Amino acid sequence: MRAGVDGGSAPMPPSGGKLSSGSTLGSETHTGVRGGVPSLAGVRGQRPRSYALVALLLLASPALAAVGDPAEQLRDPALEEKAREIGRELRCMVCQNQSIEDSDADLARDLRRIVREQVAAGRSEREVVAYLHDRYGDYVLLRPPLKPETVLLWATPAIALAGGVALVLAMRRRAAMAPEAAPLSAEEEARLAARLKDHPEA
Amino acid sequence: MSGAGASPPPDGGAWPAKAAPRGRSRRSLLLLAPLGVAAAAGAGFYAMLRGLGTGSYNPRGVPSALIGKAPPDFALPPLEGAERPGVSAADLRAHNGPLGRPVLVNFFASWCVPCVIEHPQLMRLAREGVPLLGIAYKDKPEDSLGFLRRHGNPFAKLGVDQPGRVAIDWGLYGVPETYLIDKEGIIRWRWAGPITNDTLGAELQPLLRRYA
Repeated sequence: MRAGVDGGSAPMPPSGGKLSSGSTLGSETHTGVRGGVPSLAGVRGQRPRSYALVALLLLASPALAAVGDPAEQLRDPALEEKAREIGRELRCMVCQNQSIEDSDADLARDLRRIVREQVAAGRSEREVVAYLHDRYGDYVLLRPPLKPETVLLWATPAIALAGGVALVLAMRRRAAMAPEAAPLSAEEEARLAARLKDHPEA
Repeated sequence: MSGAGASPPPDGGAWPAKAAPRGRSRRSLLLLAPLGVAAAAGAGFYAMLRGLGTGSYNPRGVPSALIGKAPPDFALPPLEGAERPGVSAADLRAHNGPLGRPVLVNFFASWCVPCVIEHPQLMRLAREGVPLLGIAYKDKPEDSLGFLRRHGNPFAKLGVDQPGRVAIDWGLYGVPETYLIDKEGIIRWRWAGPITNDTLGAELQPLLRRYA
């Protein structure tokens, strides 16, 4: 669906920055304004069948993402699998909650290409990840490294569990230690006896 | 909630008299706690909204891995027809820095709408004598040239990164992005997104003074 997805040159965004030209999506800009976003306005006012078609296309589009593009893949299936494994651990900086293997963003495609180039050149997973980590920092790693700044992040599940256990224990202790009624004093016993005598039916 | 509160009273009559003020203060604390939490959350949201308005807070912002480091090694060809030399890492090294001043490196593209918003601020910086090095990212040279003819050319040097590979060495994840490199050739600041008038006044100009 996107022009120019191949192993060679990068696809060129539409010229002149016109918003409605063509169907090629441009590269990402920092306010999310992209060149050439196709308008959905033309769909409006048509019969329900068109809606169904659009819905079907939308459902199908993730499967059509560039990841599955044979032109992008390495010929050696073992190397391709290795590249995918590495890519799945790397965050797409534009979409942020997807790995570069899952993303259709321009930058993710460039990063996939770099991963495949390096895997094909015989680099290890550690070397490939280090290459991108040097440029994009911890943020590019979907699995954050354990270091002083991230200790709290990694410890959160343990802290939450310990907090829950402490809360349950405190509640049980409190229930067990709830004060029992003090025994009646001699004076109170006498008053009770007097009342009971007044109302024998009670 | 200490152990004292739960312990049985020393004698039968002492309990109610002791427990009443304690219960009252605890109840008022329980009443105040949600108010305190709501006030803190409100203050936090207000700060976030304000930051969003001025551009100092970006929820999608990603810190640059290059802060405090020298720029990556690179050399980019000039933009044909722009009458400016190309850009290379040598331009940013300490002994080569133009006039011993901090330098701005700006990645832009003609197809990038926020770049148009940012451009007047770049023109202003150029007029103020700040050395600006431009890198046209994933753009056809003729389009970059047209963009600069239309909006003015603030760049002292101008490189073309059509494949976008040098941009990845810089850790770029969109356009526009701007980097401040100090006199010693160290990257001190990265701005992802358009430099608005607010950014200029609140962030960039103080930094330019600090590293001047």
